[in-house]
Amino acid sequence: MAKSHSKTKFRDALSGYSFMSPVIVILGCFLLLPIAYAIFLSLHKVNLLGTVSYKFAGSANFERMIDDPRLWIALRNTAKYALIVVPSQTVLALALASILNMQLRYRNFFRIAFYLPTVTSSAVLVLIFMWIYNSNGLLNYLLELVGLPTYNWLGDPSVALLGIMIMNVWSTAPLFMVIYLAALQDIPRNLYEAADIDGANAWQKFRSITLPQLKPVTFYVIVMGIIGTFQLFDQSYIFSAGSGGPNNATLTMVLLIYQYAFKNLDMGYASALAFLLAVVIMLITLVQRLLFKEEKLN
Amino acid sequence: MRSIDRFKPAFYVLLGVYALITFIPFLWALSASFKSLPEIVSGGMHLIPKHATLDNYRTIFRQEPLFGRWFLNSAFIALSVTGFNLLFNSMAGYALARIRFPGSSLMFYSILAMIMIPGQLTIIPSYLIIKELGWLNSYQAIIVPMAAQATYIFMMRQFFINFPKELEEASELDGLGKLGLFFRVVLPLAKPALAAQTIFIFMGAWNEFLKPLMLMSDKSMFTLSVGLNTFKGQYISFWNYIMAASVIMTIPALLIYIFFNRFFVQGITFTGTK
Repeated sequence: MAKSHSKTKFRDALSGYSFMSPVIVILGCFLLLPIAYAIFLSLHKVNLLGTVSYKFAGSANFERMIDDPRLWIALRNTAKYALIVVPSQTVLALALASILNMQLRYRNFFRIAFYLPTVTSSAVLVLIFMWIYNSNGLLNYLLELVGLPTYNWLGDPSVALLGIMIMNVWSTAPLFMVIYLAALQDIPRNLYEAADIDGANAWQKFRSITLPQLKPVTFYVIVMGIIGTFQLFDQSYIFSAGSGGPNNATLTMVLLIYQYAFKNLDMGYASALAFLLAVVIMLITLVQRLLFKEEKLN
Repeated sequence: MRSIDRFKPAFYVLLGVYALITFIPFLWALSASFKSLPEIVSGGMHLIPKHATLDNYRTIFRQEPLFGRWFLNSAFIALSVTGFNLLFNSMAGYALARIRFPGSSLMFYSILAMIMIPGQLTIIPSYLIIKELGWLNSYQAIIVPMAAQATYIFMMRQFFINFPKELEEASELDGLGKLGLFFRVVLPLAKPALAAQTIFIFMGAWNEFLKPLMLMSDKSMFTLSVGLNTFKGQYISFWNYIMAASVIMTIPALLIYIFFNRFFVQGITFTGTK
């Protein structure tokens, strides 16, 4: 009996490892190894010409950041972007979800329709919006029609980032709308019934039941929005043909890292920037997870 | 709820307006793809083309002979990535949920931690590793590193842990080994989870931009997303061609979305609340 028990144990271990083996190899080689390599790179000066060579640089790559004006521009753009995009998309997502959550007809059609931008490739979305934004494009035509000033949306540094912001609010709000919709359906019905008995109107119910109940989800949506801001790349790359222009107006953190790594071939400094970005994103995620867990326990 | 009924028409108007805001960019692009260049330049702002033509679609395939190749590259990469993920993530998820083996909980917590690692950290080292392997400008450069994803391993593990054990126990008595059990009994019953995974992974791979941009410098190895970007650079202000190319890139993702959209919500709410 003891023998057959250890035999099953052995067989379980064998099948366990064979089931895990593809994942261990792939994540090991292309996730764990790169993480260690990233830390190594960020502490070295990397020479890519000829055979790759490394020279230990200590914290030099990190010290360089303080005097890097383009890093500060990228951070300022990111902050500007986050301050406008995150609140707008959160409010828009909540508004759309709340309306869809009422017992209206065709709500399924609207949900499917609204979600459309989220499944469209960022490369295509940017091109469509550049077509709308060009000087003789649809947006300027509409602005003129209602008597508003028109802009050179693609070339004017004062509005280029705004163009990307509008596009991203439009394309990411539906994702958060679906998350809100699921959360709204989880709010216990009896809370509203109790409020009905007390004679509360719809707005009062929304303010004193719906909003507080949605607090954890709202926090999640805001954190995801901020992280998305830090990770912005495709849009500004395609919009500016890789330059971050006009006049650095659309330069983002990831685009800056890309430029240092693949245009200047300065992999050490680029890795140090990526490392810092990753640490910030992980700290934000961690805080969200910890707070969220507490909410769940209460 | 009576107070809401009074406002119902207003809510329908709001939904309608937002549906328009969602659709107009797509319709405007679709319309441009059927317009001739003179019609676009003359600035006619009508949605329905005056002289609808398929010339733009013909021209992009003629002028850019690689366009068809880019489409196939994207399709091949997206389908391979999806296939590998379905297989590998489910196998790992199943092992973590159901098989006792030394180190299994360590692996589970490592995978939980990996979900939190932002992709930006590994861009540069992955590029150097792939270069070292001699994989630049090859399909495996994109497919292999994307072949398993921690988020979906976790998703499959959560799915299998709530799976009725009795089915597996009965089949085990029938003498099916773990492997036979997995492929003949477990996988066929995991269809809803697999469908949700398929959509997200296919979309992610089809729309991926940064990886092919960095790993493929040979024009014939471009994917549609990167090809489209170079195409835009060459045909700048030929918006009729650019929009026709954009429409072609959107159609496969759109079809998948329309056919599978009920699984979407399931998947988003899952990843959204994990």
